[in-house]
Amino acid sequence: MTIAAKAAGPARPSPRERRMHRRYRLDLHASPYLYIAPFFVLFAVFGLFPLAFTAWVSTHEWSLLSDEHVFVGTGNYEALLTDPYFWNALGNTLSILALATVPQLLAALLLAHVLTLRMRAQTFWRMGMLLPNVASVVAVAVIFSQLFGRDFGLVNWILDSLGAGRIDWQAGTASSHVAIAVMVAWKWTGYNALIYLAAMQAVPREVYEAAHLDGASRIQQLFHVTVPMIRPTIVFTVIVSTIYGLQIFAEPQLFGGGGPNGVTGGASRQFQTLTLYLYEHGFNRGFQFGYASAVAWTMFAVIVLIALLNYLFIRRIRSSS
Amino acid sequence: MSPRTQATAERPAPAPVPPAPAKRPDRRARARLRLLREQPGRLAYLTLVAVLFFSGFPLYYSFVVASKDNSALAQIPPPVLPGANLVDNVRRVFETVPFGTALINSVIVSGAVTASVVFFSTLAGFAFAKLKFKGTKVLLVTVVATMMVPVQLGVIPLYMLMIELEWTDTLWAVIAPGLVNAFGVFFMTQYLRGALPGTLIEAARMDGASTFRIFWQIVMPAARPAAVVLGVLTFLTAWNDYFWPLIVLSSPDRYTVQVALSTLSGGYVTDQSLVLTGTMLATLPLLAVFALLGKYMISGIMQGAVKG
Repeated sequence: MTIAAKAAGPARPSPRERRMHRRYRLDLHASPYLYIAPFFVLFAVFGLFPLAFTAWVSTHEWSLLSDEHVFVGTGNYEALLTDPYFWNALGNTLSILALATVPQLLAALLLAHVLTLRMRAQTFWRMGMLLPNVASVVAVAVIFSQLFGRDFGLVNWILDSLGAGRIDWQAGTASSHVAIAVMVAWKWTGYNALIYLAAMQAVPREVYEAAHLDGASRIQQLFHVTVPMIRPTIVFTVIVSTIYGLQIFAEPQLFGGGGPNGVTGGASRQFQTLTLYLYEHGFNRGFQFGYASAVAWTMFAVIVLIALLNYLFIRRIRSSS
Repeated sequence: MSPRTQATAERPAPAPVPPAPAKRPDRRARARLRLLREQPGRLAYLTLVAVLFFSGFPLYYSFVVASKDNSALAQIPPPVLPGANLVDNVRRVFETVPFGTALINSVIVSGAVTASVVFFSTLAGFAFAKLKFKGTKVLLVTVVATMMVPVQLGVIPLYMLMIELEWTDTLWAVIAPGLVNAFGVFFMTQYLRGALPGTLIEAARMDGASTFRIFWQIVMPAARPAAVVLGVLTFLTAWNDYFWPLIVLSSPDRYTVQVALSTLSGGYVTDQSLVLTGTMLATLPLLAVFALLGKYMISGIMQGAVKG
């Protein structure tokens, strides 16, 4: 900027020079806003505005089938909180979330730890780990529904030949949650391992040398050196996995066969998640937009709350260790 | 900075010769040597092979099922080797749902979303990384904060908006919400900060180039490596998107691949070899992209991790 001012500042500029200078200043000061505008405008219109407007819709009796939108205050929320199916969906979601996230992130940590060794063919192993992440959630759900099939599924066949007996994975609450959690974990473990690996590679080598001199084994190094050093990354993955996990939709829907049984998450709603519940009321049963918006906004509150709890919990671990 | 250079920096240095002819190298140096020599053991490789097996097997198995007829699936033990019915099953998929149209729709949607995200992210990333303007910090923090916002929860007003725009059941409705994302802007800002020397921009300004010309002729070419990474990640995400297209698309000839695939499994009696053939067809293009550009994906995920 100073260079430009000097260049354009000889005595008595001609009108043409002054015009060019004005254009130059306009370009310098205004154009940055022009460059960031598309992002902010499009994100506001298709991202933030709908999310915020959800709160407004949720206070109304609002349906696609009628033009009148009656204000009902907290009516939708009261109906929601007294619906046992809502609490059922919340419980299912939290159960699947825990079953999917905890083992997945622990496995990712161990895997990343193995990958920090000087392996041959680094890229090969990394690509192998990331392979499941390339498949779409729909593909994952379809494939695993086949593997977890009651009569002809490979998992049941293995269990049977081991003498453990067959499991009707879809029928039970716990078993269906496990099956869905496996789908989520299969898709995301390698992805999270890569994130941990990146963070681990940034830990200074000397820290490990010191730990090694103190006689720490490799596994002790992982939990006493690596984990504390990469805590911000762990917080990040826990929060991202939580936000993702609370919105699980395709896996339970397709595990239930996609049709009406999918929307309710099984015949007795044993694996209906919150997003399925939202979908059921918003788009599958009479387009109850007001009620479904109350579901969405409640989910938003749950997500913020759990992300916050995660954050505080992990901070406490830090201060106590 | 990149993981790659880190790894090479750690290569086992030639064993340092003790400077003094000490009879016993001190404890510290010995331990250091041992540490540097530490090679992955058999257990490490075994773990990785097991992981590779579990990663690959479900995909392989979908191919096995796709190449069988349904009666073969009821055999005990279940088949683990491919059969001869693949071509027949593929034909049936195309007869049951307009799968060809769905593939084209997915290419249009993912292509448009990718081009838009890469372009607008580079544009905004350039402004954030290299241009001086009031409010840079606040606006960039806003971008980072919005990365975690679960916008999927806004589906209901978004659907109402699409009705207003008369975009329901069109590809526009699927493309529009994907046109920009906060991650892209953040990613490009980080990359351009390091990859673009400020002196280059100053020099171009001295020569009288406008800001847009600088963007077009200097920034765009410099951003290419990051654009490939962002492009691959965006394309995959768009290709695999399911929830929103399922809601907003209602005619079979507007379906994207994922929606078409889900309708295959929606019947009363699920035709497993049909469904898994569809799955295989929907996944193969991605596997091809992954084989070609997978290493860019890996570096993208790892860079995003370190800087995020």
